[in-house]
Amino acid sequence: MQKLNTFDAHTEALRFGDKKQGALWRRFRFFLQDHPAPLVWIWKSTEAILGRMCRPFERLGVKRASRWVKPFEEFVKKPIFDCRMCGQCILHSTGMTCPMTCPKQLRNGPCGGVRMDGSCEVKRTEPCIWVQAIERSARTSYHHDLGKLNPPVDWQLSGAASWVTVAVGRTDVTTGSGNGPHHAEEVIDV
Amino acid sequence: MRTENASSQPTKSRLERTLLEGHFALTLEISPPVGPNRAAVERQIDLLRDYADAFNVTDNQSARVHTSSLAVSIMLKQAGLDPILQVTCRDRNRLGIQSDLLGASIHGISNVLALSGDAPIWGDHPQTQGVFEIDSINLVRVLRMMRDDQVFENGNEIPKIAPEFFIGAAANPFAPPHDFRPLRLAKKVAAGAQFIQTQLIFNVPRFREYMKQVVAMGLHEKTAILAGIGPVRSLRAALFMKDEIAGMDIPNEIVERLKGLDKEEAAAEGVNICLEIAEEVRQIEGVKGFNVMAVSWSSILPELATRMGLHPRPDVMDSPIAGLAPENDDS
Repeated sequence: MQKLNTFDAHTEALRFGDKKQGALWRRFRFFLQDHPAPLVWIWKSTEAILGRMCRPFERLGVKRASRWVKPFEEFVKKPIFDCRMCGQCILHSTGMTCPMTCPKQLRNGPCGGVRMDGSCEVKRTEPCIWVQAIERSARTSYHHDLGKLNPPVDWQLSGAASWVTVAVGRTDVTTGSGNGPHHAEEVIDV
Repeated sequence: MRTENASSQPTKSRLERTLLEGHFALTLEISPPVGPNRAAVERQIDLLRDYADAFNVTDNQSARVHTSSLAVSIMLKQAGLDPILQVTCRDRNRLGIQSDLLGASIHGISNVLALSGDAPIWGDHPQTQGVFEIDSINLVRVLRMMRDDQVFENGNEIPKIAPEFFIGAAANPFAPPHDFRPLRLAKKVAAGAQFIQTQLIFNVPRFREYMKQVVAMGLHEKTAILAGIGPVRSLRAALFMKDEIAGMDIPNEIVERLKGLDKEEAAAEGVNICLEIAEEVRQIEGVKGFNVMAVSWSSILPELATRMGLHPRPDVMDSPIAGLAPENDDS
């Protein structure tokens, strides 16, 4: 994939221009997301740990394990990513930017309603989630994941801890429902 | 052209046949009325009947409540026109969408255009909740699953008959991030899109750049790209589209050309601009047809189609398609 431009002046203005509530925290978390290498490292470590948690979680059962893990996960992910606890996290494959914070909850890239200045169709004073996600993704080792087709959200998992669902393998990256496809499949080369 | 995503048999879609036979396709838009006004639909059918291969029937356009897209599509079908049923993911969940698609199939409607949909907040029901339970790419995938694998989104089998679909999707080459737009199109094509309708084109250089990338990726051979063409009626309309409508790119030159003209002059100039753009876009490699839209100005469409040299439309329904076995009538 060709190297993408860094954020232009317009997008920068959208991101930090207005006096927004919690501007300081916003600057901090955007800084973390814009320089995703440490976050990616943390995710990789988490993934390694979760790989070993499969059996204990299974013994406890997804629901009960989720009840224990969820507060920790929420505590870590909510302030930084504005996590919505969909229970099927694909953060690392979308440039450490939560796709559920898109007003249309799109998991496969930006809609056609992105305004010419890079702002969101729905929230005019906010930058499009996906404009940022794609930009940040190019700075991670997961940018090939943008070529994956993510199945729609399985709402049965909503509210569960995705650390548990990932560990027990109910989700690889994300899940569909019933007998349909469970995993994101690579459809194009990015 | 025969696309990679086609089902084994061509559907009863006139649009699909037109493209298969290599004609330059033309689709127009019919907006369902706001009230239950049957006569208004019939008027549009009579006005536009001979001017296009297929007709887009919009699904609660601009997030404003209109008569059901499916109901109006059925009217078109009964009048002998080929409707393109627009389906947005804004108003219905997986259950509702799939049941509407089955309903369309029962009436022989095969063209479906999968859209994410405008957010309700800018429509006439800002207090409502947008559904957005699946996205347009997944809707394309669901359409293909239903047609090719004869299963629903949950993986369960569709009993007895698989629906026939000619699967369409939308593309906006103008919205940022520009580098990602061809990739997003590639994802839609990989999911099963057989034809693509683009956003209205006013910025031709940007569209040319986009198509260059699309052609380099070979997508124009896998899917039929119909370029969105449309006139602006007045300076006010141009400015409104430029500033208010998300995802529209109107260069300043076009706004300049409409300045200082009275109502009729502006309308004539709008048509001229539209025809110039159409002429330029038609030369671009990979463009297989036009989708002409004139928001609340459908009376201009016959004139536009004629002056673009796209009238009359080829008759494709009776001729056998080269390279394909004739259809079984008793199926």
